Amino acid sequence: MSHHIVELKDLHFLYPDGTEAINGITFKIFHGESVGIAGANGMGKTTLLLNLSGHLIPTKGEIDIGEVNLTKKTRHEIMRKVGFVFQRTDDQLFMPTVYEDVAFGPVNLGLTEEKVDERVKSALDMVGCYHLKDRPPHRLSEGQKRAVSIATVMAMDPDILIMDEPASNLDPKSRRQLINLLKGFKHTKIVASHDLDLILDVCKRCIIIREGRVVADGPAEEILLNKPLLEENSLELPLSRQHSAVRGPF
Amino acid sequence: MTFDLEFFNIGYLDTLSYRNSFVHRLDPRIKIIVSFIFVLFVVSFPKYEISSLIPFFFYPVFLLTAGNIPLKAIAKKVFFISPFAVFIGIFNPLIDTGTLYTVFGVPVSGGWLSFLSILIKYVLTVSTALLLIAVTSFPGICEALERLKLPKVFVIQLLFLYRYLFVLLEESLRMMRARDARSFGNRGKEIKTFVRLISVLLIRSIERAEMIYRAMLSRGFRGEIRVLRRHRINVYDILFLMISVTVFYLFRSFHLVNLLGETFSRVLR
Amino acid sequence: MHMADALLSPAVGGAMWAGSLGTIIYCAKKLRDKMDDKMIPLMGILGAFIFAGQMINFTIPVTGSSGHIGGGMILTILLGPYAAFIVIASVLVIQALFFADGGLLALGANIWNMGIYPAFIAYPLIYKSIVRKNSSNTAITIASVLSVVIGLQLGALSVVLETKSSGITELPLDTFLLLMQPIHLAIGLIEGFVTAGIVIYVRSLRPDIVENLEGVKTLSAGVSLKKVIIALGVLAVITGGALSWFASTHPDGLEWSIEKIYGKPEIPDKADSIKEAIGKLQEKTVILPDYSFPAKEGQEEKTPSWPAVDTGTSFSGLLGGIMVLSLVILFGLGIRFMSKYRAKT
Repeated sequence: MSHHIVELKDLHFLYPDGTEAINGITFKIFHGESVGIAGANGMGKTTLLLNLSGHLIPTKGEIDIGEVNLTKKTRHEIMRKVGFVFQRTDDQLFMPTVYEDVAFGPVNLGLTEEKVDERVKSALDMVGCYHLKDRPPHRLSEGQKRAVSIATVMAMDPDILIMDEPASNLDPKSRRQLINLLKGFKHTKIVASHDLDLILDVCKRCIIIREGRVVADGPAEEILLNKPLLEENSLELPLSRQHSAVRGPF
Repeated sequence: MTFDLEFFNIGYLDTLSYRNSFVHRLDPRIKIIVSFIFVLFVVSFPKYEISSLIPFFFYPVFLLTAGNIPLKAIAKKVFFISPFAVFIGIFNPLIDTGTLYTVFGVPVSGGWLSFLSILIKYVLTVSTALLLIAVTSFPGICEALERLKLPKVFVIQLLFLYRYLFVLLEESLRMMRARDARSFGNRGKEIKTFVRLISVLLIRSIERAEMIYRAMLSRGFRGEIRVLRRHRINVYDILFLMISVTVFYLFRSFHLVNLLGETFSRVLR
Repeated sequence: MHMADALLSPAVGGAMWAGSLGTIIYCAKKLRDKMDDKMIPLMGILGAFIFAGQMINFTIPVTGSSGHIGGGMILTILLGPYAAFIVIASVLVIQALFFADGGLLALGANIWNMGIYPAFIAYPLIYKSIVRKNSSNTAITIASVLSVVIGLQLGALSVVLETKSSGITELPLDTFLLLMQPIHLAIGLIEGFVTAGIVIYVRSLRPDIVENLEGVKTLSAGVSLKKVIIALGVLAVITGGALSWFASTHPDGLEWSIEKIYGKPEIPDKADSIKEAIGKLQEKTVILPDYSFPAKEGQEEKTPSWPAVDTGTSFSGLLGGIMVLSLVILFGLGIRFMSKYRAKT
């Protein structure tokens, strides 16, 4: 894994029905960084992630992932580099058993049966779910599904991990397990979430998006404790800090 | 609420199908073939046949007991559904009224006999279908279908259907509950509301399918999906196949019941 | 209504399975060549959607009873005939296994009855000829109602034919038809309106969906008239073939050696009565729609021949039956006991 930069240069994305979702976003992310993306609903978070992972092609501007520029031709290459964990686990786990779901990626990479087996085992071990390998997904709890979703992505050995609302619907214990898991990953991480406490815990940097534009980009500790900034963007202080608000430099 | 009942019912059968027993471990192809042959034998009996059908109960009973399936679950389903067969069969006694036999002095018409025959055939075939899924996981059945050379498109699509069946059922259950919470008697259940509800469900389903497709793409999907092959035919499977088919054949060709009865009645005298 | 195993004979059941399997293979081939990858999850989801949709009941106007959708037509409109047929088949597979709706043998017949007519007859001949890209709501409604009604009528008719040619029911053909067709006409009308309602409403909320799916569909639709005629021909051949095979060979089709063992002449009798019944059937269908119910119809239902062999009501039959039943129960209890014992040790 060489140094990977995610670089967005004046990214614009327009939906077919005319909705402008991204209106000029520029930033760089360095190898190993953990970045949280926050913002009110409908402000462009998911669209941004879909662009970053190659599912949507920018209507204007550029995205470079690990020096590969995103175009219609390179999108599949980009998808391989970027592990995208979807918001709804049911969308991500579509095979009859956990094993087959985690194996799906490696199989498509063309690996041999032994290599596939190795990847599946190590990915499931990473999230502590190897014992669930023969279960059908609809017999898993939400926390287990989330862990397995991450495994499905990790089995592809991605350079960058992108997650859309990873802690939604999780009970407190599963949520804590997820946070610990994420903290253990050395990959470049981009996490979009409403759970500001999670971002504070997992990410060193935070970007706030409003109306498809970046309105703040800096260390998470600073941004997420800046009460006026947060409230301007329809956000609130992380719950864990709500009784000890620290006024930022603004 | 029949929806709730149905929903939990399939859920229950589904859970049972993942258990581990001798019957569960048999190769799904064999189970499908044997069950299908069973049905063929059963329905091949002429319309007045009754006693020769009885030995056939061995098969569903075997599946039930060796598979550790609770009798109540199956019995409830078999007797609860008001089936087409019974509805049509009930006309037989009304039409076919010539007396065929006299039992202890009571005349029995052909119509009643054929109706009883239909009922027995119905119980045999329907319980076997239920037991088949109760002792074979659905993915197992799909794998068997693929190996029996059914088109891959069909099988893959079956797997997807199964995967999202419970998900969508839950969604529509929620919708129904929301609707019922705000309807009174029959108001609120009109067709117009229904159309709205189901259209929303449809749109959501299509959008979900789009997300799933994206998830597939992110993991390198290029059109081919591999169906995992977990089963291999072994000695037990072959034995099961051979024994079952032979036994069915014997039951079908020889009136063992009558033989048994005759022998015994002679003994009794 | 779903066909049941108990009403089928092996020959008819087998014939319908052959027809359905053949169609599945044909559709799969068509899809493999032209299908967009996106269709795969979509087909599965829509199958699950049909299930979910069938669970929601609504009140039928006037009668106040509750009803639910079938779904064959809406699937065909959304996916095109080939994909829709496969989805319909899958839905029926799940119904047969999890809901014991129909049976393993009848599954073939059910797939045919519920799939062929909406996908390959009603849709191409009726729906597509009325509805275009920007058709009015009225056009859609008329097209839906007509398609669904005709699809269901043909399906119901098939059920009747399959049952009668299996020879299990005593119901005379015209009574049977009188039972089935009007009910399905009513069901068809309602489902037709519901289907139209869905298409119209979805179109108003998400016109892109209907367009997009249509795009996906045009890859696989476009059934030419020639193909339809071929399909109809195949259908005629299959049903005609099944019926005539029936009449010409042993009705059991499998030649069980009952008579060989007991030497009773029951089978020829049956063949005659069935031959006659079939003859009447063909006579009647030819006269459609100028249906006349001949007064001599009583003959069709002549008291069936005597299967002089046991029918289980002779004493030994009864005794034997009770004994075997007890054996079966003992057998079952024995296995239960054994597995509990093994579980404990």
